[in-house]
Amino acid sequence: MNINEIQDEIIEEFTFFDDWMDKYEYIIDLGKKLPLIDAQYKNADHLIKGCQSQVWLHANHEGNSVDFTADSDAIITKGIIALLIRVLSGQPAEAIANADLYFIEKIGLKEHLSPTRSNGLVSMVKQMKLYGVALT
Amino acid sequence: MVTATKNKKSKKVDFAKIREDFPLLKREMNGKPIVFLDSAASSQKPSYVIDAMNSYYENLHANVHRGVYQLSQEATDAFEKSRRLVQEFINAPSDKECIFVRGTTEGINLVANCYGRKFLEAGDEVLISTMEHHSNIVPWQMICEEKGAHLKVIPINEDGEIIMSEFDKLLTNKTKIVAINHISNALGTINPVKEIIDKAHAINVPVLIDGAQAIPHLKIDVQALDADFYTFSGHKMCGPTGIGILYGKEKWLNAMPPYHGGGEMIETVTFEKTTYNTLPHKFEAGTPDIAGVIGLGAAVEYMQEIGHDAIIEHENDLLAYGTSQLKQIEGIRIVGEAKEKASVISFLLEGAHPFDVGTILDKLGIAVRTGHHCTQPLMARFGIPGTVRASFAFYNNKADIDKLVEGVKRAARMLS
Repeated sequence: MNINEIQDEIIEEFTFFDDWMDKYEYIIDLGKKLPLIDAQYKNADHLIKGCQSQVWLHANHEGNSVDFTADSDAIITKGIIALLIRVLSGQPAEAIANADLYFIEKIGLKEHLSPTRSNGLVSMVKQMKLYGVALT
Repeated sequence: MVTATKNKKSKKVDFAKIREDFPLLKREMNGKPIVFLDSAASSQKPSYVIDAMNSYYENLHANVHRGVYQLSQEATDAFEKSRRLVQEFINAPSDKECIFVRGTTEGINLVANCYGRKFLEAGDEVLISTMEHHSNIVPWQMICEEKGAHLKVIPINEDGEIIMSEFDKLLTNKTKIVAINHISNALGTINPVKEIIDKAHAINVPVLIDGAQAIPHLKIDVQALDADFYTFSGHKMCGPTGIGILYGKEKWLNAMPPYHGGGEMIETVTFEKTTYNTLPHKFEAGTPDIAGVIGLGAAVEYMQEIGHDAIIEHENDLLAYGTSQLKQIEGIRIVGEAKEKASVISFLLEGAHPFDVGTILDKLGIAVRTGHHCTQPLMARFGIPGTVRASFAFYNNKADIDKLVEGVKRAARMLS
């Protein structure tokens, strides 16, 4: 599936949640299940500093596509990371660089990716896209 | 003046009625009635202050200390009245020792720059504590670097209290100034500033007190404390943002060079030489935040009408109740358990990041602060990334705390 097909799938899934609690419980669950980042990448070089929670991001490219692994010390951040990885990881570099991540707003998580939120996620998305640009 | 007026004979203040003075507390956050527990970051504003500022813009606005016309004179009178209100509020000997600044941060920067430029030399020491806000660390680091002076840090114990025996050792003839907070923003610790000042004065070292957190909670008497500098922000004591006070003893303020150059701070200007205005204007270059000053004056009147005795009693009740209720939650750790404490509770939930707890509380309409609270060295001292901080003002009540406790319990369930 391409980036927008995955985004649409996630939006569809989130329509089943009646309230914020169900939604956040699901995100927390995603955070818990996010595959571990290789320990060697959880270092200062891969750290995206945020005021509130720390995020580590590693990119690996094979051919034209980019694979991401990431981690955070905050579980809700980690859950949102899991969604971002589901959308962007394994996609062509050019598609990552040009991605319009509309799903975030549609599933009601825009507040976490607002430029004024200092939780590291905005910087993480920017960094993911920069990998896309660099490898295009 | 204040909607909820105090009957001076009974000393009983109706805090339920006082809460009605704050329009913002009627709004919702995330669809729920707001529970505002972040007053240590900034307090909410009573209508009395908001109205005073509106009225200034509608009826009184003109630049101050400038015009010969009646309106400008009226604006100047209102502006200077606020200075006298502040003087009375902190019992300063003279209103010219009360300098209007943007806030505590600017107050400290002013002293670090002007006192530091004049009195600091290579090898001298500036003494601060482990629990300082970045605003009382970085300005000193900057001037120390420039002058080749050293920053010395008084350690604290596990409860979050200054270790006075260590202070005694660090206070030496190399110390040129001690800069310490009156109340810790992250822990709520009330520091023994009077003892610190007395000890420093015994060897002729001046002391700056960062009063940002103390001003809304304690009755401040700069003469009783004998503080050389005492600085605070208006916005933490029901006043507007962008205005604060630096109190300084006249002998220091006169000895220090000006901070910013510009209008108002001058006496005469020629291209060859400028002579400076007298206090307080010497430190007030440029058109000041007149509306902010008027608002600050109104905030002083408002706080004084309620009275610090009643405020302290109410907030102590909230602190005791909040601490005992939160402690019943399994896996909770209170960070900072000083014997002398203001109404700030910093805590951690076992296995949960403060950001996660704060996010869930936000969804429940509860505003708390999460993170390092601009005290990264203090967090490092405790080996933690940050805390969740609930801070109470006199407009909070036990129902707010009950909602917080319920919220934390729910966060614990969701995050476990």
